[in-house]
Amino acid sequence: MTTMAADAGAYEAVFDAALAADERIEPRDWMPDEYRATLVRQMAQHAHSEIIGMQPEANWITRAPSLRRKAILMAKVQDEAGHGLYLYSAAETLGTSRGELLDKLHSGRQKYSSIFNYPTLTWADVGAIGWLVDGAAITNQVPLCRCSYGPYARAMVRICKEESFHQRQGYELLLALSRGTEAQHAMAQDAVDRWWWPSLMMFGPPDDSSAHSAQSMAWKIKRHSNDELRQRFVDICVPQAESLGLTLPDPELRWSEERGHYDFGPIDWDEFREVLRGNGPCNTQRITQRCRAHEEGAWVREAAAAYAAKHGKAQA
Amino acid sequence: MTAALALGDDALVLSHRLGEWAGHAPVLEEEVALANIALDLLGQARVLLSLVGDEDELAYLREERAFRNVQLVEQSNGDFAHTIARQLYFSTYQELLYERLARGTGPFAPLAAKAVKEVAYHRDHAEHWTLRLGDGTAESHERMRRGLEAHWRFTGELFEPVEGCEVEWHTLHDAWLTRITSVLERATLAVPEGPRRTGWAAGAGRQGIHTEPFGRMLAEMQHLHRSHPGAAW
Repeated sequence: MTTMAADAGAYEAVFDAALAADERIEPRDWMPDEYRATLVRQMAQHAHSEIIGMQPEANWITRAPSLRRKAILMAKVQDEAGHGLYLYSAAETLGTSRGELLDKLHSGRQKYSSIFNYPTLTWADVGAIGWLVDGAAITNQVPLCRCSYGPYARAMVRICKEESFHQRQGYELLLALSRGTEAQHAMAQDAVDRWWWPSLMMFGPPDDSSAHSAQSMAWKIKRHSNDELRQRFVDICVPQAESLGLTLPDPELRWSEERGHYDFGPIDWDEFREVLRGNGPCNTQRITQRCRAHEEGAWVREAAAAYAAKHGKAQA
Repeated sequence: MTAALALGDDALVLSHRLGEWAGHAPVLEEEVALANIALDLLGQARVLLSLVGDEDELAYLREERAFRNVQLVEQSNGDFAHTIARQLYFSTYQELLYERLARGTGPFAPLAAKAVKEVAYHRDHAEHWTLRLGDGTAESHERMRRGLEAHWRFTGELFEPVEGCEVEWHTLHDAWLTRITSVLERATLAVPEGPRRTGWAAGAGRQGIHTEPFGRMLAEMQHLHRSHPGAAW
């Protein structure tokens, strides 16, 4: 054995021992290349989802039907930009810049959550996104607060606090509609009918066909399987839907005494794969808007850099 | 409460325009900053409009001619420099106005005392971007110059006395011009020349006379609320 190989072996043993002891891995610690690459991929996808996810909700800021709702929605979209900032910063601790990651998003080499390729057609969609999409995101993300990589775990603690506010406002918005006029109730039901199945897809493919799951579990980046989290989400939502006075669009949904969980019908994985491949209703629109904002902002970023260079100050 | 309506509409309308930037800003930090300013202004608008009546009725059920905001704040966003120029003119004015109102004993003193801290940040943000764009690249300098020129004709209206605001409008104007001149000099930009109001005797925003883009803005803003008369949200 060469000295270098021996060193690598020793580093790996330290890394493995830290994982086994549930300690956090920090930016300056040794880590396997694949662990680093997995984290960068996951954090980037998460950050991209935050900034692309601003679009379907921002779509309703200018039409929000009351000033209170408008303030809540603007604050929510602003939080999402803030989450994008923390997550890009967390990814930077692994040596990948925000600019690099944005280039990969814009050129389609990195993905964002496929849920944002669905359109927000009515005001009630703002509520359905808060209740279901943010609800699913929280179910996925709470375990990430215990993720083995320190900066990611710490970013997630802060993000989850804000997400739970987002989820509550969505629920409360839907409740107001459900208890409102007939037209408002119908609007809420229609939104839930459209968002329910795509929300279940947010947990990713079933465990037996999930590409990255096993290794991520071993590295303690991921703590629970896709199917476990999906089940947890369904179990939370069913009674909430009842309280809302809305139905979920699944005739097979029923309580199973035997399993102690709700059974639910089959998910249309063909739709999932189609939308993931780029053939969702809004894939082109989302990425086009993102690229346009970035290109149209190029002169602003250049100006800030030029000013900073002239005046020897940090960039804006 | 003419003054509450005038100041409330200024904040409401500018907040709406800034909200249009969401998802379109040139850099992620500006998504946060522009939304933050929009939220501050919306908060101010809600307090001010509530002094007059029901905030939602006032925001959603008035016709264009009943709004009392200055024309400056209703102007379309344009490019980032255009938005910054509008913000520089308005925030500088609003900070000076609120400083004076906060020192007074009128009904707006408590609101102004709170809001002036927020507005100082808005003005600071606009000044910093004016410096970066004015003294950045040739392109940004030109865009900033155009933004300042385009909004110059709406700045005269800012200093028309508003009934119920106990302020010396002349000194407010002089302080504004001094401050703007100093920022533009540092940004290597010239203070625009030309008229600061239109020649139309009917008046401007404070009299309920607005510009064409404002009607479209209201159509979008009010559409959903008006489609469901009497509904609660």
